[in-house]
Parts: sequence; C-alpha cells; structure tokens
Amino acid sequence: MLYRETGQFKTSYKKDMAIFPIRQDRWAVVAMLIFVVVVVPLIATEHVIAGYLIPLLIWSIAAIGLNILTGYTGQLSLGHGAFMAVGAYAAYNLASRIPELPIILVFLLAGLIAAIFGVLVGSPSLRIKGFYLAVATLAAQFFVEWVFATFSWFVGGAASMVIDTPKMAVFGYQITSTLDNYYLILGFVVVGTLFAKNLVRSEIGRAWMAIRDMDVAAEVIGIQPLYTKLSAFAVSSFYGGVAGALYAFCYVKSVDFTAFDLFVSLKVLFMIIIGGMGSILGCFLGATFIVALPIILNELMHLFSGQIPSAMLSNIEHMIFGGLIIFFLIVEPHGLARLWMTAKEKLRLWPFPH
Amino acid sequence: MPMELAFFIEVLVAGLLSGVMYSLVALGFVLIFKASGVFNFAQGAMVLFAALTFVRILEMGVNFWLAIAIALAVMIVLAIIIERVMLRPLVAQPVIILFMATIGLNYFLEGLAQGIWDSQVHGLDIGIPDVPWMSLLESTNILISLFDVWSAVICGVLVLFLAFFFQKGRIGRALRAVADDNQAAMSVGIPLQLIWAIVWATAGMVALVAGAIWGQRLGVQFSISLVALKALPVLILGGFNSIAGAIIGGLIIGASEKVAEVYLGPIIGGGIESWVAYFIAMLFLIARPQGLFGEKIIERV
Repeated sequence: MLYRETGQFKTSYKKDMAIFPIRQDRWAVVAMLIFVVVVVPLIATEHVIAGYLIPLLIWSIAAIGLNILTGYTGQLSLGHGAFMAVGAYAAYNLASRIPELPIILVFLLAGLIAAIFGVLVGSPSLRIKGFYLAVATLAAQFFVEWVFATFSWFVGGAASMVIDTPKMAVFGYQITSTLDNYYLILGFVVVGTLFAKNLVRSEIGRAWMAIRDMDVAAEVIGIQPLYTKLSAFAVSSFYGGVAGALYAFCYVKSVDFTAFDLFVSLKVLFMIIIGGMGSILGCFLGATFIVALPIILNELMHLFSGQIPSAMLSNIEHMIFGGLIIFFLIVEPHGLARLWMTAKEKLRLWPFPH
Repeated sequence: MPMELAFFIEVLVAGLLSGVMYSLVALGFVLIFKASGVFNFAQGAMVLFAALTFVRILEMGVNFWLAIAIALAVMIVLAIIIERVMLRPLVAQPVIILFMATIGLNYFLEGLAQGIWDSQVHGLDIGIPDVPWMSLLESTNILISLFDVWSAVICGVLVLFLAFFFQKGRIGRALRAVADDNQAAMSVGIPLQLIWAIVWATAGMVALVAGAIWGQRLGVQFSISLVALKALPVLILGGFNSIAGAIIGGLIIGASEKVAEVYLGPIIGGGIESWVAYFIAMLFLIARPQGLFGEKIIERV
C-alpha cells in the first residue's frame, strides 16, 4: 500500500531517465542521507563510528570498485587488495612528499595512480579469460605485496615498514576527530556512489554489461573489447585506490602493506557475491554483512569465552563464517540485492496480492 | 665437471624436483576442474586437513599403513559430505558461485582441521630420509636430496595411476564423459553425483599424498595450506583440465623459479619467489591463453 508507483506518471524524458524513478525510493534515499549525516553522529558512540561505520563505508567503496569489474564487466579479479595498496601508498607518498597538495586531491590522484596500475594489470584480459585471468590478477597481488615489502623508498626510507600517515586538512580545516574522518569518508561514499550509479546506466556501463554477457557477441555489435575492458579495470581500480587511501588515512592511520593481502581481495569478493553482483545497492548490503558478521560472531563467542579455550573459539568462528557463506550461496546465489528486489515486488501488491 | 656448471645443474634439478611437488598439489585442482568445472579454492585446506588427520592418527601410535588407510577413509567421507551438502544444491549455478562456495569451504575446513586436531606444528616422518644422494654427489659433484627424488617417484606413480584410472574401466569412461559435457553425460545415464563424489575423493587422496610429502618438508601446520597458492601458476601454465599439463607445468615453474631465485634474486632484491612463478605463467598465457595443454577455447555466439 505504501510502496506503489500508481499515479506517478513520467511525462518527460528527463523524468524517464531519473536515477530513482519511484517517489518512495527518492524519499528513502533522502531519509537515509539525513540519517547518516545528522542522526548517526547524534546517537552513535565514538567507538561505533570508528570501529564499525568507518570501515563499513570504506569497504563499500572498495566493493563498488570490484563490482564494476566483476559484477558489471564479468572479469573475475583476485587482486583488488593490490589496487587498494597502490592507492594507499600513492596517497602516502603524495601527501608526505608534496605537503602543499590538498588532501582531497591527494586521494583522487592516488585513485588515478591505482587506475593506471589497474590498466597495466588488466592489459592481458583481452587474451586471458575466466579463471586464467583471475589467477593472473593474483600475480599483481603478490607482486605489489613484494614491492612494498622490499623497497623502503615507498615509505620514505623508514626502517620499519609500518608508518603513520601525515595529518589531513580540508580547506584549512584540520581533520582530527573521528567525526571529521567519518564525514570525509561519507563525502567520498556519496559522490562515488552517485557517480557509479550513473556510470553503469550510461553508454560505457551498457558496454561493460554487454562484454560480461558475451564478449564475442558484444564485439560483433561494435563494442570495442579492449577499450571497454580496460576502462572497467581503470574505474574499478580507481575506486579501489581511493578506498585504500581512505583506509590508510582515516581508519588505521598508518600505511602497512600487510593490511592489503590476498584475504582482503577475497573479502571484497565475498562482499559483492553476498551483496549481489551487478548491483550498487548490493555493495553496501554485502559490505555490511561482511563487516558485521565477524563482530556478531565474536560477541556470540564471548558468551562461551569461559568454557572454551580461545584458540578453539577462533576455529569455530572460521567454521561458522565459511559455513554461512556456503549456506548463503545455496539459499540465495544472487545475493542480498535480489532478496531486496523480491521484497519490493511483494510490497507493490501488498496487502492485496492476486 | 666445472663448479659453475655443476651448480647450475644442481639448481635446475632441485627446481625440477620441487616443481614435481607443486604438481602434486596442482593435480588435485585439475581433477576437480576436469570433472565439474569447479575451480576448487579449498584444495589447500584439503591438503592441510588430510595431513593433520594423518599425522595425528600416527601420533596415536597407529601403524603407518593403517594410518594412511584411515586418513584416506576420512577424505572419502569428507568428499561425500561435500558433494551432498555443498555441490548438489549448487548444480547449474554459474561457476563463480561455485568458486565462492569453495572459498567458504576453505575457511570451514581450515577451522575444522585445526578445531578437531590442533594448530601446533607437528613433525612428520614418512620414512624417507632428507639426506643428500651420496653416490651422485661423489660421482658428479651435484648435491641433490634423496627426499626430492623419492617424492618425484611417488608423484610419478600417482600420475600413472590417475592416468590409468581415467582411461580404463567403467568409472574412467564415465569420468571422461562427465569432463566432456555434464549434461550429455547425465542424459546417457551416468550418475553425476556419484562421479563428483569419486572425483572429490580422488582429489582428497592426492591431497593426502601432497600433505604427507609437504608435511615432512615443512612440518604439518597451517602454512601447509598456502602451498596451494604455489600450485596456481602451475595450473594456469599447464591448463586447468590437463593432468599432463599439471606435471609439465610443475617442472617448468619449479625449474625457472629456482633459477630465477638464484641468479635474478640477488640483483633485484630477495623474496621474489612469491610472484616470479606467476609472471612466468603469464608470459606463457599471453602466447597460449588456455595454458600449454588446456583444451582449445572455442567461442560460439
């Protein structure tokens, strides 16, 4: 009864092309924005924002990046952690070597550098496909880890490989508190989501999806596979790079290559599979699921912390995590976004289904 | 023989032999990929699970051969459970979903293996001494471990057995039919579920052999499951669906990795073995995108 588009007519082309064509969706988005900008800082404790919300938002950006590559263009990548690492290190070097650069520009440039790296990694994708490409992206993952572990130039010649990030200021305003960081990340998330949402419905987004569905057929109807695949790699690693830079600067506040290992790549992949491939909303749902699951498991395990030794607890946590992933894939292989779509379809007819 | 040359041969042979050990792990991947098109990320966890089961049973004072039989039985039961619980409901899903499910399985098995047994380092002695091959050392001045030679022999026997298994008999024919086309095989009455269980059980057996050999080398512990990552370049080099490819790929990767590590490593900074194998594999892939022995990719619109 509440969620129904009856009476909402599209009387102009502009209305027909709106991102959220249904009024209720627009309200929901505005309500959500008000909630995260105004309400969350009022009700959430600093611990919740720093520990849960900031990583959730950063992982969402990373997941959008991977979803563009894997979900929309169909190129399976196990090297997203490498793109994040390149972004983080690029941002650190730009910020510490050229202190005059505004921090937002630093993040964007870090994203660009990651994008260039992504194009390099993606260049064999024209010939190598499927799981062969996935393993090839693993090469990038291990190579990047090795480069940052071996050459101390990237951390300014410091002996320890973990180094603190410099202070940040936006238009002269010093970013110090957790809330400042939260708003900075939120800004990136909002702009990035809007950009991605529009990108995937534009010409390039449709070309990506055509390549995903069948690249030979897409080539036959005049889509350039090289340009399309590489642009997906570039955009995807741009998001990855920005997410990595934000992760280093706003969340852990240090640059450390071990924070971007293979398991990070797998984690982001989990997010988009569980959230829903080829869905921007799914990135947020998946990131929420993957960030929340270990926390909930951990809390649950604390109940038993007296009876069972801690090593056993971490093993049980592993088993539950793996088991839930399998369970989820069996029950809903198209992810949480599909569940949401089904719910929406049901809501349209509620409470009088035929 | 001059020292330089002897050293080169030594490095080369050591590389070839360690390559055989990579192919052991790669074989497990190939078996499953061939029969079901699933890229089984959990192969490393299966190696860990098999090795831990084996070593803990041995530590209980069970006879060596009995312990192998028990561990094998455990792997077969595991394969049946995996087929029932995970693969059967996921039939006809896109391969990426199955791939993600095996990553979930990877987490699950890691937890299970270390939960049932424990996460300490267990020394494992499978009765092969890790000493230099003395007669070869004396005659040609080349230092090669007897252990490497023996593991290469074991691997060779295993490959012969698998090749035989795949070629002969009812099960072998059914396996090849399923590998060719799942649906066509099903329509002529081949029980797909049974074949998958057999394949996963065989992969479990290969994992047990790999786990036992790697276990003596590295000690049975969590890091043994990371050996699977070493096997991936072997896999893409040889081709996902070729048993011979896994062996030849292992030899090429093992040899070039060792040579690169010894001669190139000092120039550009150590620790390059984590990625150099991937680079070599990628160079081959650009020339032949389906791997050396993989089936030709035919695309139809």
